[in-house]
Amino acid sequence: MSETGIGARVARLEDHRFITGKGNYTDDVNVTGQTYAAFRRSEHAHATVTSIDTEAAMAVPGVIAVLTGEDLAADGVGLLPAGWMIHSKDGSPMNTPGHPCLVQGKARYVGDPIAVVIGETLTAARNGAEALDVGYDVHDAVVATDKAATSPVQLHDEAPNNTAFNWELGDSAAVASAFGNAHHVTRLELVNNRLVPNPMEPRAAVGRYDSGTGSYALYTTSQNPHVARLVMSAFLAVAPEHKLRVIAPDVGGGFGSKIYIYPEEVVCTWASKRVGRPVKWTSERTEAFLTDAHGRDHVTTAEMAMDERGKVLGLKVHTIANLGGYASLFSTCVPTYLYATLLSGQYDIPAIYAEVDAVYTNTVPVDAYRGAGRPEATFVVERLMEVAAREMGIDPATFRKRNFVKKFPHQTPVIMLYDTGDYDAHLKAAMDAIDYKGFGKRRREAARRGKMRGIGLSCYIEACGIAPSQAVGSLGAGVGLWESAEVRVNPTGNVEVLTGSHSHGQGHETTFAQLVSDRLGIPIDQVTIVHGDTDKVQFGMGTYGSRSGAVGMSAIAKALDKVEAKAKKIAAHLLEADEGDIELKDGAFSVSGTDKSIGFGEVSLAAYTAHNLPGDGMEPGLKEGAFYDPANFTFPAGTHIAEVEIDPETGVTDLVNWVAVDDFGTIVNPLIVEGQVHGGIAQGVGQALLEGAVYDDSGQLLTASYMDYCMPRADNLPSFTVGHTTTPCPSNPLGIKGCGEAGAIAAPAAVMNAVTDALGHENIDMPATPQRVWRAVRAGNAAEAAE
Amino acid sequence: MYDFEFHRPATVRKAASLAAKEDAKLMAGGQTLIPTMKQRLAAPSAVIDLSGVDGLSGIAKKGRIIEVGAMTRHADVASNADVRENLPALADLAGNIGDPHVRNMGTLGGSIANNDPAADYPGACVGLGATIVTNKRRIAADEFFTGMFETALEDGEIITKVRFPIPRKAAYAKFDNPASRYALVGVFVSKRGSEIRVAVTGAGPCVFRVPEMEAALARRFSAKSLDGVTVDADGLNDDIHASSDYRAHLVGVMARRAVAAA
Repeated sequence: MSETGIGARVARLEDHRFITGKGNYTDDVNVTGQTYAAFRRSEHAHATVTSIDTEAAMAVPGVIAVLTGEDLAADGVGLLPAGWMIHSKDGSPMNTPGHPCLVQGKARYVGDPIAVVIGETLTAARNGAEALDVGYDVHDAVVATDKAATSPVQLHDEAPNNTAFNWELGDSAAVASAFGNAHHVTRLELVNNRLVPNPMEPRAAVGRYDSGTGSYALYTTSQNPHVARLVMSAFLAVAPEHKLRVIAPDVGGGFGSKIYIYPEEVVCTWASKRVGRPVKWTSERTEAFLTDAHGRDHVTTAEMAMDERGKVLGLKVHTIANLGGYASLFSTCVPTYLYATLLSGQYDIPAIYAEVDAVYTNTVPVDAYRGAGRPEATFVVERLMEVAAREMGIDPATFRKRNFVKKFPHQTPVIMLYDTGDYDAHLKAAMDAIDYKGFGKRRREAARRGKMRGIGLSCYIEACGIAPSQAVGSLGAGVGLWESAEVRVNPTGNVEVLTGSHSHGQGHETTFAQLVSDRLGIPIDQVTIVHGDTDKVQFGMGTYGSRSGAVGMSAIAKALDKVEAKAKKIAAHLLEADEGDIELKDGAFSVSGTDKSIGFGEVSLAAYTAHNLPGDGMEPGLKEGAFYDPANFTFPAGTHIAEVEIDPETGVTDLVNWVAVDDFGTIVNPLIVEGQVHGGIAQGVGQALLEGAVYDDSGQLLTASYMDYCMPRADNLPSFTVGHTTTPCPSNPLGIKGCGEAGAIAAPAAVMNAVTDALGHENIDMPATPQRVWRAVRAGNAAEAAE
Repeated sequence: MYDFEFHRPATVRKAASLAAKEDAKLMAGGQTLIPTMKQRLAAPSAVIDLSGVDGLSGIAKKGRIIEVGAMTRHADVASNADVRENLPALADLAGNIGDPHVRNMGTLGGSIANNDPAADYPGACVGLGATIVTNKRRIAADEFFTGMFETALEDGEIITKVRFPIPRKAAYAKFDNPASRYALVGVFVSKRGSEIRVAVTGAGPCVFRVPEMEAALARRFSAKSLDGVTVDADGLNDDIHASSDYRAHLVGVMARRAVAAA
C-alpha cells in the first residue's frame, strides 16, 4: 500500500481550506446587483390565507418587490413533488398533493412560506416581510402521528383521512401461520422520535438571471445539484435544464436535509428574473428548525414469534409514518422501501409482514435524515431481539447468534438479497473488545457506587450504494440511481476527476484522489476532484445513502480503466512493445521483463501532441467518462455495544463505554471512516438520549432553537472503540459497502437496550431524558415494592 | 435587528442619564440582550454599552468580603486567585456558566440585572447573602430579586459591584438543562457563623430560599439532615424539560449534593 493509496490514513486534503476560513460556501457568494430575500412565513400550523395586503410592505424603504403564490402560479411555476411512487395495498396510487413554493390557499405548518419580500438590503427585506399584512382563517391543527388518520382536521382535499398511502410488504398469510406455531411472542410499542437535522451550515441560495442568454444560475446548499436542476426543470418549469446552472460550492453538512429542493431556492431563482437582479437568501437557525425537512417520526407496533429455542419464526410490523404537511421529495420511499426492506436485520427470518400508513400532519415535512428508514428498521428489529431474549431467558448475544444469517447470498422475505457478510465475526470482535463476559462484575461495582449499569447490543444492517436503477424503477423511483464520472488527464500529466457525487463533509477530495493516486501511481497532489457544478460535471445523482464510495467511486474506477487502457496503447506504441506486456506501476509504464519504461506524464503529453499516436485511427487526448449502475445494493453490517450508568437519584444516563465493529467492505481511508463512525454514533446517541422535536397541540414547534433542542456535545459521549471486520462487497469493482450512516443506524437501539437493561424494564421512549429515566426508575421501584 | 442608537459613555453618571431615555437599554456583556435583539424580540431605542465606564470591573478582597465589580466577566471570577482561595464555590459557579464565549463576555452585573430564572448568579447572591451596590444605594440580595426577570432596580439605577461575605462553607450544585445548559435546578448552600442559607435557582420563577432546609441544616450541617425535607412542587416551573414535581425532587438531590460538597 502506498502512502496515499487505497487503505492509507491520508489526512483530509480539504481541511486546511476549511479550518483556515478559506472555504467558499453559498453565503460567501456575492454577485453584482444582488438583492436580498426575506420570507414571510405562516405563524399558524393550519390556516387559509384570506388576504395579502402588500401596501405597507412596499412602503418600507428599500423594498423592491413582494411576490406571492399567485405570482408563481401566474408564471407557471409548478409544485414541489414527491419523487417516488408508492401504491397502497388496494393498488391505488399514493395521494401526494404537491407543495407550492409560496402558499396557494392553505398554510399547512408553521413556517410554510407565504410571500417573499425582496429588498436592497437584508434589513429592508426583513422589515418588509414583517410589515406585510396577511389575513388568515385559522383552522384546528393535527400534530400527533398516531392521531392523524382519525382526526376531523383535514390537511389536503386530495388525501382523505390525512393518508398518503396504506402500503404493505411481505406475506401476511405466512406470518399468520408462523405466529400460530409460536412458542413465544414478543410485542413492543415503539416511537421513533422526530429529529431536526441541524447541519452546521444553514441553507442558502443565490439566484441570478441573465437576460442576455435567457439562462439562470443558482448557487445553493445542495447534496445533489443535478437533481435540484432536474426537479426545477421537469416539475417546476422554472427553466429548461440547458438554461439552468446549479452550483453547490462548499457545503457544510447535510445529513439528508440538503437532498431536496426547497421553496426558497426555487423562489430565489424565479424571482431573479422577476426583479431583474440577483436574489440572495440565507436561512437563519430558527428558519432551519422551521423549514429543513425533519427526520424519523414513526409510531410502530411490532411483534415477533419464536419457537421454544428462540428461533425467530415470523415478524409483523405496523408503522404509522408522519410525512408532515406535504410529501417531500424522498419522503415516500423512506418509510417504505428504505425501511421495511431492512426488517430482516442480520437474521434468517422466514416470514415478515409490514404495513406502513403514511399520514399528513401540520408539521414540517419529514424526509430522509442520516440513515433514512434504516435506523427506524434497526430500532424495531434490535429492540425486539433484545426484549425477546430477555423474555425467553436467553443471553441476548446468544439469541442473536442463533438467528444470524450464516449462508450467503441470502434472500430475505422483504426484497433484499444479502450478498455477503460474517455476522458472527463482528459480534465476537465487539464482545471481546468490550469484555462482555466481565459485565456482571462491572455492574456489581457500579451498584456499590449507587449507579445502575446496563449493556446493550445492536447488530445492525443497512442497504447502501443506492441503487440498481432498474430495480428501484420497478419499485417506484422517479429517477435512476447510477453515478457518473469523468477522468481528465491533462497534457502535463495531472488529473482532474469530475464526479456526480457531492462532498459536504465526507472528504471526497481526499478519498477519490486516493483512488486515482492508487490506480495511476501519481502523487495525490497531482489530482483534483471537481464536483457540485452542473456546468462542469455532465450529470450526477449526488451524495446520500452512503452511496458515494460504492457508486461514485465505482464510476471513477470504470473511467480510470478506460484511461489506463488507452494510455497503455499509447505507451506500447511509443515503447514499440506489445500492449499486453505493458504494466502501469508507480506512475510509469514499463515493458514487463525489460528495463524499458515511459512516465505517465510523457504518455499524457503524447496523447495531446498527437504527433505519434498508434496508427489505428486513435483519437487524440486522454479523457474518459463512465456511468456506473450498481448491480445490487451493498450491505454494511456490524455490532455496536453500549454500556451506560444511570444515576437513579437524577435519572441522568452516562455513556461509559462504546464498542463499534463494522464491516464496510474495502476501506479507502480508515481515518475518514472512523470519523464517519464517530459522527454517526454521536447523532444516534443524540436521538436516543437528547434530541426530539416537540410540537404543542396547536402545531407550534416548541424546540425551535438550541435553548430547547438538545444537540449532542463532546461531553455527552465516551471515547469510542472502533474496529472492523471485512467481507468485500462482491458487486462493485472496489469492494466498498459504505460507512456514512452506520453509526446513526446502530446507535439508538444499542443505547436503549443498555438503558432498559439498567432499568430492568422496557417502558421508556426516546429520547431517554433524565426526567423520563427518573420516572422509569420510580416506576420500577414502585413495581418492585408491589411485588 | 432593528435600528437603534448606540452609546458608550465613560461614566456611570452619563450612563444613567442616557438610560433614562424611553426604551433605552443598558448593556453589560450583551450575552442576553444581543441575541434577543438579533431575533427581533427586543427593540430598544438606544443601547448604552457600559464597557467604556471606568472602575466597574475587578475583584478585591476587603477583610471578610469579596467585592466583585459589576462588569467583571465570568471567566475572570472563575480564575481569580482571591475568589478561588476564599470562595471556591463562586469561582466554580462562574466557571460553569454558559460556554467559553459567554464566560468571556458575560458579566456578573448583567446577569443579576437580567435575573433570568435559570441563571446561576442569583443563586450565589442569595445563597451567600450578598449585597448589591448601585450608583444610588446598597440592596440586600434577599430584597434584590423580586420576580421573573424583575429586580429592585429603579430607572437609572446601575449596579456597580456586588459584595460577597466569605462563608465558612459553601457549595453550588447545578443540574443542567441538557439543551441550554442553564440551571434546570441549581442549589447554593452556605454556612457563615450561625447563618445557614439554601438558595434555589432554576426551579421557580425567581431565586428563592428554603427555610425548612436551612432550619434542618442549622441543627447539623450534613446532607443527612436533609433526608425527608422536601419542597412543594406547587408554583415551580413546569415545561418540556422538566415538570414541577421532577424539579422539586431535584431541589432535594442538589441540596444534599451541595451540602456534601461544601
